[in-house]
Amino acid sequence: MKLKDALENYVFVLPAVAIFTVFYIIPFIWGFQWVLFEWDGISFTKIFVGLANFKEIFTQDSNWWQSIGNAGYITLIALTFQNILAFMLAWACDREIRMKNFYRVIFFIPPVLSEIVVGMVWRFIINDVEGANIINRLLATVGFPNLMHNWLSDPKTVLTTVSLVHCWKGFGWGFLIFLAGLQTIPHQLYESARVDGANAWQTLRKITIPLMMPVMVLVAILTVLGSMQSFALILGMVGGEFAGHTSVPVLRILASMRSSSPRFGYACAQGLSFGMILVIISFIQYRFSKKGQ
Amino acid sequence: MLLRNILLSAFLSFSVLGCFGQKVDLKPSITVWHWMTDRDATFQELSKKYETLTGVKVNFELYAPSEAYAQKIRAAAQGINLPDIFGVLGDKMDFSAFIRAGHILDLTPYMEANNNNWKNTFFPKALAVNEFTPGNSYGINPGIYGVPIDITTIQMIYNKKLFMQLGLDPNRVPKTLQEFLEIGSKIRAAGMQGLVSGWGEVWMIDCLANNFAFNIMGQDKVLATIKGEVPYDDPDWIKVFSVFEQMQDSGVLAKGLVTMINKSAEQLFANEKAVFAFNGSWCVNVYKGMNSDLDYGVMLPPQISEKYPVSIWGGAGSSFVINARSKNKEEAVKFLIWLMDQDQQAYLAISTNNLPANKNSLSKIPEVLAQFARGMNYATHPNVWEVSESSLVTETFDRGIQSIIIGEKTPQQVAIEVQKIKARELAKRRAQ
Repeated sequence: MKLKDALENYVFVLPAVAIFTVFYIIPFIWGFQWVLFEWDGISFTKIFVGLANFKEIFTQDSNWWQSIGNAGYITLIALTFQNILAFMLAWACDREIRMKNFYRVIFFIPPVLSEIVVGMVWRFIINDVEGANIINRLLATVGFPNLMHNWLSDPKTVLTTVSLVHCWKGFGWGFLIFLAGLQTIPHQLYESARVDGANAWQTLRKITIPLMMPVMVLVAILTVLGSMQSFALILGMVGGEFAGHTSVPVLRILASMRSSSPRFGYACAQGLSFGMILVIISFIQYRFSKKGQ
Repeated sequence: MLLRNILLSAFLSFSVLGCFGQKVDLKPSITVWHWMTDRDATFQELSKKYETLTGVKVNFELYAPSEAYAQKIRAAAQGINLPDIFGVLGDKMDFSAFIRAGHILDLTPYMEANNNNWKNTFFPKALAVNEFTPGNSYGINPGIYGVPIDITTIQMIYNKKLFMQLGLDPNRVPKTLQEFLEIGSKIRAAGMQGLVSGWGEVWMIDCLANNFAFNIMGQDKVLATIKGEVPYDDPDWIKVFSVFEQMQDSGVLAKGLVTMINKSAEQLFANEKAVFAFNGSWCVNVYKGMNSDLDYGVMLPPQISEKYPVSIWGGAGSSFVINARSKNKEEAVKFLIWLMDQDQQAYLAISTNNLPANKNSLSKIPEVLAQFARGMNYATHPNVWEVSESSLVTETFDRGIQSIIIGEKTPQQVAIEVQKIKARELAKRRAQ
């Protein structure tokens, strides 16, 4: 009977395991194998180059490190601005405010939209030549005409503009997770605090934030993983890497794969290095959170 | 026993009925993979026509956008399950990789049969893109490996109405760089937008820069640079980079051009918000769809030097190749011969506003398309140069021009940067 039960269980998980193996495990193993080769992705012959691809990434490919830096900048803005915004909104919606369900729905609309669509819509909102120039018009209307700017064509502002749109697109996820976390905090704690004379700020600092720490770590890890891998929004907003100012790792990996002389081995090595960077960042975050607890 | 007999009878009956019931299709069906959304409906029409004529079913399968199509073709090549007919989206290096891997049939015997009968119907420059000549640097056996279904030229386009608003004669286009730059100040004064193009996607920057390079230093020196015999910090190359700086300073380039995608550029030009566009002949169909009243003309890029002729990129627009492993390759060849015939080519050209690759079909096309077609006299293309630049060098080159336009770098700085990458790539190639 036990054996039958076990077999039954295996049968249930078999399709998922098969799909996972075919689409994740096998390509992952192949990717590992290809990092050691120079290969155009079409020919049957692959030239063994050992660790030369990694050597090139770490010693010569300044474009790659620039892209890591750009992704880091987007991530930093997302970790701070996006997550603080998401937390504050979740905190507000967790309280007894009017139309809170309406806000919940509204805040979750941006994350479910396609990144390319969001990029193109914001391009239309921001751009003065191709679009409606709404941001600049708004600035002029509220008395700041000197702040009007070509936001997407200036290397000094393009990455920040893209980062802020990325935050707008992504804060809904954080909002949802934070809200779920806030709802798990027992209300008796807040009532006791109120009886003891704690004000809203003290309640937030002494009860909400400490109890929300594991959720914050989870949101932070998800933000890092999502932001570091963003690229579709950039394609939608500026069409590409804009002289390197908006290049991000995924675009560099794609560039290695689809250039006139494609380098699949090199792209795999870039992917592996990038994966390792993400694992290290996530691990550090996890360790910090453990220490904090 | 009875049960066994019943089962046996049932099995035999089903087997026999199954054999009779199965429709035996003697005519093969051909599968074509393509990415041309604007031509899909016409392809389907032509496919029906071909089936009526021959009984052979041709399945045109559309995979768009082109980026996704290019990835699909690669994945299919790796899995050796390419269709009977497909197109390789990429440059000659890519094309050669597919041939080397045995995916593409050499069409030379078919082209040269009956005294070059099929070959002679094409524009030679269109065919050249699909041809590998003896001693080519890709190491491919000489031959013709693809069939151009249309031709493309990439040129400057100007809006006649906006020209008149600027006080310019629409029948007298700027021929020299000086004349072109002078229009920039008029554009700026009128608060209009100048040249629009998909320079956010960079390859079109490369195209215009090459046009200028051919005019400034001639084909031989450009090719010598690709071979590594002339450095990119040569004064002639600095002059090429400087043209972009001059264009930016003059006001002839539209604002935000460096992050513009071609679809947006096409929209701006079609909506009469830009005086000039730099675009390929495919734009005729695009503009027609966006604004059928648009009145525009085609012109060559401005001439910088009188020493060498003006060149533009042109040749085969889209090409089809035949899967060398296909069991239907003879049928596929027959279909392509039919598709390239004068009548089918004219039908394709008229219904999709693309230039036909069959030179005998030209008489039936609209005037604006004919203007693009005349550009074929000035056409060249990286795919016919027999040497190709490293993608890393091209990327540095194009990014550098973007940096010049936004005033971040000088032409000299960009030239030095490109040469540095070129030297590194040459060293790497020599080491291999």
